[in-house]
Amino acid sequence: MSPVLSPTPADTSTDVVASLNAVTKRYKNDVLALDNLSLSLRAGEILSLLGPNGAGKSTAVRLLMGLSAPTSGHVSIFGRDPRLAANRLRTGVMLQVGRAPENLRVREHIEIFRGYYPQPMSSLELVHAVGLEGLENRLFGQLSGGQKQRVLFALALAGDPDLVFLDEPTVGLDIEARRGMWTQIRGLAQRGKTVLLTTHYLEEADALSNRIAVIAKGRLICEGTPAEVKAMGASRVLTSRPDAPDHLHRSASDPTVRIIRCVTTLTADNLLHMPGVSHVDTVDARTVITSSAPEATLREMLALDAQLHSLDVQSPALEDAFLALTSLN
Amino acid sequence: MLTASLAIPSASTTSTNRIGRTLNIVLAEIRYELVRALRTRAFSLSAIGFPLMFYCLFGLLMNRGEDLDGVLVAKYLLGGYAVFGSLGAAIFGVGVGVALDIHAGWLELKRASPMPPLAYIVSKCATAIAFSIIIVCLLSGLGVAFGHVHLSGAELARMLALAAFGSVPFCALGLVMAFLVPPNSAGGIANLIYLPMSFFGGLWIPITMLPHAVRLIAPALPTFHLAQLMYACFGATPKGAITGHLVNLLGFTSLMLGIAWIAFSRREQNS
Repeated sequence: MSPVLSPTPADTSTDVVASLNAVTKRYKNDVLALDNLSLSLRAGEILSLLGPNGAGKSTAVRLLMGLSAPTSGHVSIFGRDPRLAANRLRTGVMLQVGRAPENLRVREHIEIFRGYYPQPMSSLELVHAVGLEGLENRLFGQLSGGQKQRVLFALALAGDPDLVFLDEPTVGLDIEARRGMWTQIRGLAQRGKTVLLTTHYLEEADALSNRIAVIAKGRLICEGTPAEVKAMGASRVLTSRPDAPDHLHRSASDPTVRIIRCVTTLTADNLLHMPGVSHVDTVDARTVITSSAPEATLREMLALDAQLHSLDVQSPALEDAFLALTSLN
Repeated sequence: MLTASLAIPSASTTSTNRIGRTLNIVLAEIRYELVRALRTRAFSLSAIGFPLMFYCLFGLLMNRGEDLDGVLVAKYLLGGYAVFGSLGAAIFGVGVGVALDIHAGWLELKRASPMPPLAYIVSKCATAIAFSIIIVCLLSGLGVAFGHVHLSGAELARMLALAAFGSVPFCALGLVMAFLVPPNSAGGIANLIYLPMSFFGGLWIPITMLPHAVRLIAPALPTFHLAQLMYACFGATPKGAITGHLVNLLGFTSLMLGIAWIAFSRREQNS
């Protein structure tokens, strides 16, 4: 395992399909959406751009689609300017759309987008690929949330593109619809497409991608395979000091580490002095304690706080790892 | 490895092919935009219903067989309500329609696709023009059936042509609105433009029957100039020269397109 803790330099090998090189994007209202972000997407991979809301994921997609220009840095798709029409013919995109024209039928929406490409996928194939069989004559406005997302997914695939951008494709979907979407995204990789997926669910990035790039506040936090990123996250959960790389590997592999959640009157200062405790946080009025000696920690906590309640002890979960990674910056 | 097969497909297509494809895209956008607008009852019924209802009230019910500038009132007012119809179709179809598409992120998705951006604008404007033509036909039908209006084929043709071309300045106004107005207030602001422009332009009540102050404001409005051209279709003496009205409409259209362009570019820069 070789976690990459610093942003890797942009890959210069020939199979880079899309890249952001040292891109900074500052909006006019002075919001810094991307801060010196470098990212490259290689042919045939599914790369997840993972980060909390407002991390700059959508901005990255908009820059890659040529919908927005970087304040500084360089954006390239197929080695060229993302705004070129020729690039758009080979790229499909699913953006977070609040409302598509509701009084057009599924079939009509698909026909319009197929018409944009010289060699589109056949309607039949498209409807099958996204699982919309039998719904072709429904008006868009009559569809469920999951079905609407699938129509938008079909529009992204209409031109049989080499490169697909999916901006939060499963946001607002129930579990079943989300799993369905996952199956379809995996299908893309099987057909040799290159996919950039943005999500704020680590679970989703883990389930789908070859590589994950974690961003927060417009900066790249880390990049690697899902296993590497999870390991990095776990180690961050266990160390209160992110700048202590020596402890990272040791604590990451420490099997006794547990996350203790409870409601207690003990202060963070008190808790940090207990045996094994490396990190203390408060989430929704509950105290979250990371300890490598959970039994000893708990014994002491229970002895000191008779009122302690709502106790819950768990192994560090993926979401904790992800939270730890993104909350450091 | 994959890059080897990544030749740009459009490099091999001839330019005639590309023009043909672009034309097909534009036609498809227009067709489906029109279908969408007709299916959206809240829009289609009010865009068509308002001018028809107003014409029934002011042109037919309150009509006592009088003449205006040598033209029967019921016929004269056809011109005003035709302009009223074009204005409504453009302000609500183009103005509110584009504003909502921007708000929903739909325009952004369209722009990320290979669709030529002009196809989108053209489809919205063409739909407004189609509604204008529908409105003129229905108004004329009402006038002939219930208002004892005699309309020659040439008069109807001139009205239809004017309604089509006359929609363009209003579509340009709609674009300005769409790019400048916050989307959630688009509907309200549309009414603030639509109703005063109609009244002060002399579309509901002929300008000669309005107070002197209104007659001073009217020449600043494109609705007034288009209405004068409409009345001239029926042989009424227009207020002012025909060329003056045309120049005014052309000037208004250029001004609106200029503002729309600036507003759009500013949006782009901060996107």
